[in-house]
Amino acid sequence: MIDDNTPRGDRLSVDLAEDVVVDVRSLSKEYRTGAGVTAAIGDVSFTVARGEFVSIVGPSGAGKTTLLKCLSGLMPPTSGTVLFEGKVHKGVPSRLTLVFQDYSRSLFPWLTVESNITLPLRNKKVPRDEQRRRVKLMLEAVGLPDSGPRYPWQLSGGMQQRVAIARALAYQPDCLLMDEPFASVDAQTRTDLEDLLLRLRSEFGITIVFVTHDIDEAVYLSDRVVALTQSPCTVSDILHIGLPSPRDQLGTKALPEFAQLRSRLFTLVRGQ
Amino acid sequence: MKGRRRALAIEIWLPVSLLVIWWFATKNGSFLEFPPVRLIFERFREEYFFGRFSSDVLPSLVHLALGYGIAATLGVAGGLVIATVPWAEAAASPYVHFFRALPPPAIVPISIILLGLGVTMKTSIIVLGAVWPILLNTIDGVRGLDGTLLETARACQLGRRYRLTHVIAPGAAPQIMTGLRSGLQISILLMAVSEMVASTNGIGYLLLLSQQQFLIADLWAGMIYLGLLGYLLNALFNVGERVVLKWHFGARVGGAL
Repeated sequence: MIDDNTPRGDRLSVDLAEDVVVDVRSLSKEYRTGAGVTAAIGDVSFTVARGEFVSIVGPSGAGKTTLLKCLSGLMPPTSGTVLFEGKVHKGVPSRLTLVFQDYSRSLFPWLTVESNITLPLRNKKVPRDEQRRRVKLMLEAVGLPDSGPRYPWQLSGGMQQRVAIARALAYQPDCLLMDEPFASVDAQTRTDLEDLLLRLRSEFGITIVFVTHDIDEAVYLSDRVVALTQSPCTVSDILHIGLPSPRDQLGTKALPEFAQLRSRLFTLVRGQ
Repeated sequence: MKGRRRALAIEIWLPVSLLVIWWFATKNGSFLEFPPVRLIFERFREEYFFGRFSSDVLPSLVHLALGYGIAATLGVAGGLVIATVPWAEAAASPYVHFFRALPPPAIVPISIILLGLGVTMKTSIIVLGAVWPILLNTIDGVRGLDGTLLETARACQLGRRYRLTHVIAPGAAPQIMTGLRSGLQISILLMAVSEMVASTNGIGYLLLLSQQQFLIADLWAGMIYLGLLGYLLNALFNVGERVVLKWHFGARVGGAL
């Protein structure tokens, strides 16, 4: 579909200097619980450039989801700041949206696939013709051109997550935050969705921040990977992936660089 | 089709057999308490479809419709407000729990003093009894909404109005329907009760009158009428619920919920 021959590595260095979409500075988050105060995020700083694909990887329970909620504005940080396109935001900024892990609970079961996609657009008062155009475009882009009139629960798990992605993209965000979006689908569907995501990303030119605990997935998809330590998490290292684009499941994963990056990341996340 | 016929047979075999037994037991000569079935049906037809329809049956149905309609509106709207506005629950809960604790028939005497004997009194009694299960179930339904759904609504930048009408209300709908169902049962109960005290018309009044005049067949006819009315309204309710919660039943069969 899309021929992605842009040498990402070269473009990246330019973008990094010029256009930062997400800027996280000394973010920390504590929860007040019955027993006292629990720290979920210790001290996290990193940036995401426009058009970049950044994964956040950490051991389970590291506070990855909490970090993503702070980035998105769903949750206020305890200290530190998150700048989105240069501004501090209260609540979720309008040029940003999220895709959750649990598609069965993030799609509205009382709405058809089409209405799920148009609901945020209706709220934004997007004209009807434009709504219909985007639904058609996005459902085709995620490979579900005929699913508009169906209900989410009539679709398989992988298809439901495609709908969730279509809904997020129809919103035309600058930046998409994804919280382990492929953790609840089977392996075959998962690789399909990974490739779909890379294709959509170059087709629509969006910035993606992707939380996962899967090391292979992070290396395969990303331009950079932020590795987190155990909870309360800090950044243990940031890896530049630099694998050639477009990526493909067999070729990319067979590269010696892939294996090296993979074991480095494994050591960072598991081996401390 | 065959399955449906069997289900219907299982549903009605007992009442039909009882009626048949009653019919034959009272065919030749009757007891005071158990008049012949034929007579009961005759009185049923004459009283509840013709003689007393506009003077007693219709007013009762009007009280029921008004009372239940107001209770449903107040209960759902109030429940949504209490569950979504911070502090609203703390402000409302003493009143809710005080009035909910009153047995509805116990408010009949004071209602007569305050509101007289007319439509207002009867409707108010139905509202005061039926509103609580609707209100409390609505609050519970909103409270029980999945966190991911609400976060999705925020991630989609849905405004207050859209969040309420397109996410919170439909998400709580299964439990709101549960509340509306018990509200309906209480409404029918209170419709009859409110007409039994100091009343000059209505089904409840008719029952008392029949008893006092030893019109036993009329009394039985009234029982059948109330039973059928409840059965019919419940069936109507089920049809409505199937329509409103189409997604809910579908998702349950699909195994998603």
